[in-house]
Amino acid sequence: MTTVLDPTAKKSAEAIERVARPSSLDGLRVGLLDISKPRGDKFLNRLEERLTDVGATVTRYAKPTFAKPAPVDLRHEIATNCDAVIEALAD
Amino acid sequence: MTRSAISVAAMSLPTPQTEVDNSKPALPNGIVAVVKQDCPTCELVDPVLGEIAAAGQTLTAYTQDDVGFPTSLTGVVDDTDLSVSWHHEIETVPTLIEVKDGVEVRRIVGWSREQWTEFTGVPNLGAALPEQRPGCGSLSVDPGYVDELTVRFGGSALHGRRIEFAALEDEMEAAFDRGWTDGLPVVPPTEARVLRMLEGTTRDPQQIVATVPPDLIEVTVEQVAINAVMAGCKPEYFPVVLAAVEAACSDEFNMHGLLATTMHSGPIIIVNGPIAKKIGMNGGHNAFGQGNRANMTIGRALQLVILNLGGGRPGGTRPGEKGVDMSMHGSPGKLSFCFAELEEDSPFSPLSVARGFEAGEDTVTLFAGQGPTPIIDQISRTPESLTRSFAAMLATSGSSKLAIGFDAALVISPEHGRIFSEAGWDRDRFMNELNTLLTLKGDDLIRGAHGIDEGLPADFAGMDIPKFRPGGLLVMHAGGDAGLFSSVLTGWVGGAKGSEPVTHRIGS
Repeated sequence: MTTVLDPTAKKSAEAIERVARPSSLDGLRVGLLDISKPRGDKFLNRLEERLTDVGATVTRYAKPTFAKPAPVDLRHEIATNCDAVIEALAD
Repeated sequence: MTRSAISVAAMSLPTPQTEVDNSKPALPNGIVAVVKQDCPTCELVDPVLGEIAAAGQTLTAYTQDDVGFPTSLTGVVDDTDLSVSWHHEIETVPTLIEVKDGVEVRRIVGWSREQWTEFTGVPNLGAALPEQRPGCGSLSVDPGYVDELTVRFGGSALHGRRIEFAALEDEMEAAFDRGWTDGLPVVPPTEARVLRMLEGTTRDPQQIVATVPPDLIEVTVEQVAINAVMAGCKPEYFPVVLAAVEAACSDEFNMHGLLATTMHSGPIIIVNGPIAKKIGMNGGHNAFGQGNRANMTIGRALQLVILNLGGGRPGGTRPGEKGVDMSMHGSPGKLSFCFAELEEDSPFSPLSVARGFEAGEDTVTLFAGQGPTPIIDQISRTPESLTRSFAAMLATSGSSKLAIGFDAALVISPEHGRIFSEAGWDRDRFMNELNTLLTLKGDDLIRGAHGIDEGLPADFAGMDIPKFRPGGLLVMHAGGDAGLFSSVLTGWVGGAKGSEPVTHRIGS
């Protein structure tokens, strides 16, 4: 019988619940996060039109570069000011 | 007992019947002798120990093998589990220790009449014996025992969770089943192996090395050691592994983005300094390839740290499998891409020196890239011609229509390097000539130019565009002594938008 040391990191089994799906888009504050890939703006422009049409308030955000995680401050700002966020990946 | 008999005996170190007591056993006051029967010097001094006891000295003998030895004394203490010997760091038998108030005052090893007489205060010891004899190796430092003893008595230094494989589980398969491998078998990280790996560094096992992406886990020296064992590293490689993990997990290097990119790239490790030779790294024939244990396992250890500790799993390797690493093609270099720069006979200063370190300092440089792409030039014999050859290949690195965004590394072979050294070109001269040749015409690069839609935006028309951003082209020397080829290692997104090459000093 071999005893070895765990090569992985201990992680808590804590489950994070998803936010409930919004029942309506009317009056919802929606953030649109552009990850700064080429042409992501085209996709988000169209989404903004559609969302505004159904009564959502849209705020646009952008990551400085697609190659790095969004800065903490940006994540915090989105979490504070939005009910939902849509992140666009495009090329 | 012969040497081979000792190694067989190593299999039968007495197993403790009860819970092992890890505390250091106290020694009795007076004189303590540690001996083993399987030592001619100990046999020689057997009657001398009797003389010391007969002279009224308080003498306690500990035997490492035969409880009936030494024959001249009664009440010999059984140390066949080597607990006393290990804890009191006995390296040689016989060892005499003087203990006062439970504390060791001094010790001598081997047999020397003069020393023993002075030590015990008993005159005319061992009149029939030669003046002196060196001792023998203590069983507690015998290579066949030492790892098991370190686990048994020193194992509490390790904090990691112990996982017991089932009796019928194959240990190689068990590692695959638990998702701990990169697709190749790993060395099972037993406590003995991990402790041995930790001997390769002076750092405390519980010290934090880095915060490893993508899960941003703070990892300890011990956790890195576990993965270095699995990768197949020797303890002397471990300082290089630690430096590589630190450098890869720096903000500038951006291991998170490099892992997550759909591009081919991964971390490439270039080692400079005397340590490369000391641990047997390869910067010659097959420097990028298989065959050298240090090259193959150091890079692999970094990748196993990212996989097992950072949670950076490759996705899509089986239908439906999810992972942060969704590289479109991936790269064989993501198993391990690690080599030494061949500093001797290089036409240029070492890469580490070009990056601000002193010559002779041990460093790792992390570069985000893939490759190699060969540059074939078997005809050029002048530096001017060869530099043009290099520039023509570098100008198309990644894409013939893109510039500035992506870095590259140029690895010059010894046969190509000689052309520069014979012409007296140093690094600065070469870089100046190369950068001039790598200043491209915007007209050739814009979208649609040369019938290719990919390219720079139309605004760049009419401008001179450098192929690489400042600092985005690394130049180094490696390879075997035959072959008029060099290599381009195509890089990833360079600089603050992606990855900055990072050089770190290798510690102890």
